[in-house]
Amino acid sequence: MKIPILRLGRILLVSIQIDLTDNDAMQFQSDLVNLVAETEALGVAIDITALDVVDSYMARVINDTASMVRLLGAEVVICGIQPFVALTLVEMGRDLFGADCTFNLSQGMDKLHAKIALRADARYLEEDDAWPSAQ
Amino acid sequence: MLGPQLSETLPINNAMDIVSARRTARSLCQQLGFSNADQTRLATAVSELTRNVIQYAGHGECLIEDCSDELSRRIRVCVRDWGPGIADVEQALQDGFSTSGGLGAGLPGTRRLVDEFTILSDHEGTRVTIVLTRPYRMR
Repeated sequence: MKIPILRLGRILLVSIQIDLTDNDAMQFQSDLVNLVAETEALGVAIDITALDVVDSYMARVINDTASMVRLLGAEVVICGIQPFVALTLVEMGRDLFGADCTFNLSQGMDKLHAKIALRADARYLEEDDAWPSAQ
Repeated sequence: MLGPQLSETLPINNAMDIVSARRTARSLCQQLGFSNADQTRLATAVSELTRNVIQYAGHGECLIEDCSDELSRRIRVCVRDWGPGIADVEQALQDGFSTSGGLGAGLPGTRRLVDEFTILSDHEGTRVTIVLTRPYRMR
């Protein structure tokens, strides 16, 4: 199952709507990292509102994906972690999430814009049609 | 899905079975009246344990059963495999220990999510049993 990745100007938007198998999760990670590099996205919002189980593997995949995306030069936010998922992740122990999180996608977009502005890249947000040519 | 006696055995042979096992665990939890937080705890624990089966043994099974009595609602899950077993169980229960390059959060994390946790492992396989118990509210 492929997770669709939407482009909103120089921001990529991913909403995980289904229960992913481990292979789906790895596929999602490489798809997203490749697309960020290809489009030189400024920010990525990963919405996990629909995930009702995030185990240590899934947490690791999301966390690693966020680190990879940051290494490329984009900002990341994770949006909409369910309260029971947060509870379980913390009870399991260890720092399973290191990325910035927001309640919902709308706050996530605000946060991304703020982070991009902070690094003085906000001017690029307006260049909607200035995509570097892919391939 | 679940029969009238509320118990189900699921084969664990591939990554898709991890997803079905955690869904079934959540669904039984919900039918028994466990809170949303407990449903998530159990589903997550089942996900961790069944993933270990796929990762270390390849094949196994997951038995989920209702063990409620008149005092409390109780759900028990037994995940077993016929793999090579865990060389050092004590070590496997330590945070951060992993033989597979993982986080080492699976077994110790699972133990913290449930009320009872027993693990038996020898060269013929591994069996982990977890129980979630919630007393019925006093009237």
